[in-house]
Amino acid sequence: MADKIDARGLSCPQPVVLTQKAIKDGKTEFQVMVDSEVSKENVIRCIEKNKFTASVSVEGDTFTISVSK
Amino acid sequence: MIIPADSNVLVGTGSKDDAGVYRISDTVALIQTLDFITPICDDPYDFGRIAACNSLSDVYAMGGKPVTAMNIVAFPTKKFSLDILAKILEGGQAVMNEAGVQLLGGHSVDDPEMKYGLSVTGIVHPEKILRNCSIREGDSIILTKPLGTGIVATAIKADIFDQEHVKEFISSMAALNKYSAEIMLKYNVNACTDVTGFGLAGHLIEMLQENNYSIEVDSEKIPLLPGVEDSADMGLIPGGLYRNRDYVSARCEFSKNVKQIYRDVIFDPQTSGGLLISLPEKEALHLLDELKSAGLKSSALLGKVVKCNEQKIYIS
Repeated sequence: MADKIDARGLSCPQPVVLTQKAIKDGKTEFQVMVDSEVSKENVIRCIEKNKFTASVSVEGDTFTISVSK
Repeated sequence: MIIPADSNVLVGTGSKDDAGVYRISDTVALIQTLDFITPICDDPYDFGRIAACNSLSDVYAMGGKPVTAMNIVAFPTKKFSLDILAKILEGGQAVMNEAGVQLLGGHSVDDPEMKYGLSVTGIVHPEKILRNCSIREGDSIILTKPLGTGIVATAIKADIFDQEHVKEFISSMAALNKYSAEIMLKYNVNACTDVTGFGLAGHLIEMLQENNYSIEVDSEKIPLLPGVEDSADMGLIPGGLYRNRDYVSARCEFSKNVKQIYRDVIFDPQTSGGLLISLPEKEALHLLDELKSAGLKSSALLGKVVKCNEQKIYIS
């Protein structure tokens, strides 16, 4: 089971900060949960900037972004 | 809400202009504006300077001269010492001194979120008011400050920003538009506004009200603050940028080759942004030279006004 970062309810730029921290900590496979389009788009940019791959699934108000190398 | 008509109201609530203007004689009209912001940087003195520059800018954008001001303060007295407030006000006062503006008073409230700004009164000749939408076909458009304050502020908040670029971010916002305005007034300027919360695209769209023009923008000419591109790539983008984009993107057309950073920064909400000046092309080249010679190095000629009923922004 991959690590999960629950960034729902956090305002920008916190979700990006948590994503960047996970990557800096050496995690190569994890999920980030956010609840706004803004956070989703920003987190995806951060992941792609770090040359990781992002895929998104939506359930209700939650976007789950799966990150892999 | 119905506001009774008064023929001395030259620019009022029906306009999307930068400030209200009221004629008090054949030669003098009052410009009135107010603005206040939440902190955009850590240093209270710098915050005071930036908030004051931001508030005064609307008067310069209308072609006027600011004369008096009142402080507007919201301060969380339970969270911060009053020394912080003193520093903010000191910063504001330094800018008012530089602008030759007299502080006449102000008002403060205890508020959980810190805010500071000014209510400003300026003067202008009633026939020399610079509206934002009186652009003309063939005009060139000049911007006097680099873009990206919203993105950089977000990157600083995230603590993912190159410290060496912070100084330039602060100094750009704490630069009065007084100097660019004084130079601009030597030319036959058709329209002027300042770039603030709606971003470059939003303010260009405002220039397209009440006329049948469109504006072409050369994206590579858009001046950027250092570090903006990296921060935007990293997703350090303020919510306000997305809101601006949602609001005006239907009226913005990008050529395929436009780089991502320009597709972002054109919507970035600015604090204490530069003047956006529309004037005939030949004069624009001289104005640009003069702005640069005066040390306003980021000034750039980034667009032109074209006849086109679409009222759109074409970015190439």
